[in-house]
Amino acid sequence: MPTILAEKTEVYEKKGKNKKEFQNSKTILKIKDLYKSYNIKTPVLSMIEMELKQGEFVSIIGPSGAGKSTLLRCINRMIEPSEGSIVFDETEITSLSKKALRGERAKIGMVFQHYNLVSRLTVFENVLHGRFGYKSTLKGILSIFTEEEKQLALEILDKLGMKEFAYKRCDQLSGGQKQRVGIARALVQQPKLLLCDEPIASLDPNSSKVIMDHLKEICETMGITVLVNLHQVDVAVKYSDRIIGLNKGRVVFEGLPKELSNYAIQDIYGSELEDLIVE
Amino acid sequence: MNAQFDVIKKKRIQMTIILLVMLLIVFGAKVLTDFSFMEGLASIPGTVFWMFTNLIPTAEAMENFPKVMERLWETIILSILATTTAGIFALFFALFGSKTTKINGLLALLSRVIASVFRNIPVVAWALVLVISFGHNVVTGYFALFFTTFGFLVRAFMETIDEASTDSVEALNATGATYFQMVFRGVIPDTLPQMLSWVFFMIDTNIRSATLVGLLTGTGIGYIFDLYYKRLDYPTVGLITLSIIVVVIVIELISNKVRRMIL
Ligand SMILES: Nc1ncnc2c1ncn2[C@@H]1O[C@H](COP(=O)(O)OP(=O)(O)OP(=O)(O)O)[C@@H](O)[C@H]1O
Ligand SMILES: [Mg+2]
Repeated sequence: MPTILAEKTEVYEKKGKNKKEFQNSKTILKIKDLYKSYNIKTPVLSMIEMELKQGEFVSIIGPSGAGKSTLLRCINRMIEPSEGSIVFDETEITSLSKKALRGERAKIGMVFQHYNLVSRLTVFENVLHGRFGYKSTLKGILSIFTEEEKQLALEILDKLGMKEFAYKRCDQLSGGQKQRVGIARALVQQPKLLLCDEPIASLDPNSSKVIMDHLKEICETMGITVLVNLHQVDVAVKYSDRIIGLNKGRVVFEGLPKELSNYAIQDIYGSELEDLIVE
Repeated sequence: MNAQFDVIKKKRIQMTIILLVMLLIVFGAKVLTDFSFMEGLASIPGTVFWMFTNLIPTAEAMENFPKVMERLWETIILSILATTTAGIFALFFALFGSKTTKINGLLALLSRVIASVFRNIPVVAWALVLVISFGHNVVTGYFALFFTTFGFLVRAFMETIDEASTDSVEALNATGATYFQMVFRGVIPDTLPQMLSWVFFMIDTNIRSATLVGLLTGTGIGYIFDLYYKRLDYPTVGLITLSIIVVVIVIELISNKVRRMIL
């Protein structure tokens, strides 16, 4: 019996939301028949289908190498998908020109495992980087931001409890603080979709909780759709409206947290389940 | 487990072979060139003694000091000018050639090949070739230094970029930033200290190279070194050498200070 599921029964009784509530919401992302391979022999992703509604919190779980990061990066074409269709906010992403892609990327925030901040710049500067997608090259290079943009950045930092660090250099922050800056940068984009690639994999349990709580709150209060890659099944169960299980590049599970049975977990993690428990 | 053991064993065998080959080369060279270690060692004290008695600047040599300074200044300016201009070009080639910031594969390959060609032709060869087209003047020296510095800095900058900024480049691209926004607000802030320290390193390398290049092109400190050397005026030659050493040390100090300031 995997210990990671000990709290499970308790958790899904607390959760009010279920799939039905989102049925009438607007579709933000629709992926159809997505296929990706780096070399012809083995596809990293195949036959991926998924649909995300506005305000939904969805987690992708799966063993290492399952293709979680690749899937996330195909959505904003940081990695070029090989085949298939990705419709984000009524725009087909896969056929966009470079310039049009830039405009769509601006509406998709991204949060990374290693925070990916420009470490020698201040928190404030890093957060404002989120506005580049809406700016001309020259204004970006010269760091010309409007008052509203600066105000927005400060408000978001305040919301994440990082206002007092605004003028600190990022290399002086702790991991949890850096991740909050990463989230702030994504929120300043005023995105419709937030992609998070293992946002808590490098953090201790306390900071992890802070970060996950913030993501959940962003989702609920701002109506931003959140798609998170996670390593920890218990975290996925606790926070998600829906869970997608990936194994060897295929969706092997999709359902509510309460539907994630031990059998399903076995399916997702396969033989690696035992390693997971030892961990 | 077994494979790991094999790897270690293989490495050890490799190291032994490399060591043996090196020893073989040393002894082979010794036989071929008739060089005797003992004789070489024995001549060191004599050389040091000669240097101390002949190369110490005398009062007479000090009279040439203003002339030396003037030429030295010319050399310093030339080195700084060649290094900084080469640095600007190198930055763009490095951006196009780096794995993280390349625009496309072809341009990356091209920029790497060009840099490699410039880097692998020694500065003396550049000087000798350029002297034919530009003649014995400072322009020849400038281009000789410019080309080798450019080649070296492209490579140094490329490695710096790849090491320091992969993560932030990814993040900035994901926000929808343009290429130059990503470069100027992501890559450059992250890599500036390291790049500046390469530039300083090249300035002082170039002051030493400029001495050699000046010898060939008849300009700067190299020219005056050659002049007094041929006149057998060794105290002045000593003075010139000392001033070069002082300049190189001063530049090193400035470089450290500047780096600490911006870090
Ligand atoms: N640039 C690449 N070239 C070739 N293969 C790659 C490349 N990037 C990833 N892969 C392969 O694609 C597969 C999926 O990788 P991906 O990073 O998406 O997995 P993941 O589910 O995010 O794993 P993890 O949980 O360890 O982060 C892996 O087998 C990996 O080796
Ligand atoms: Mg991953």
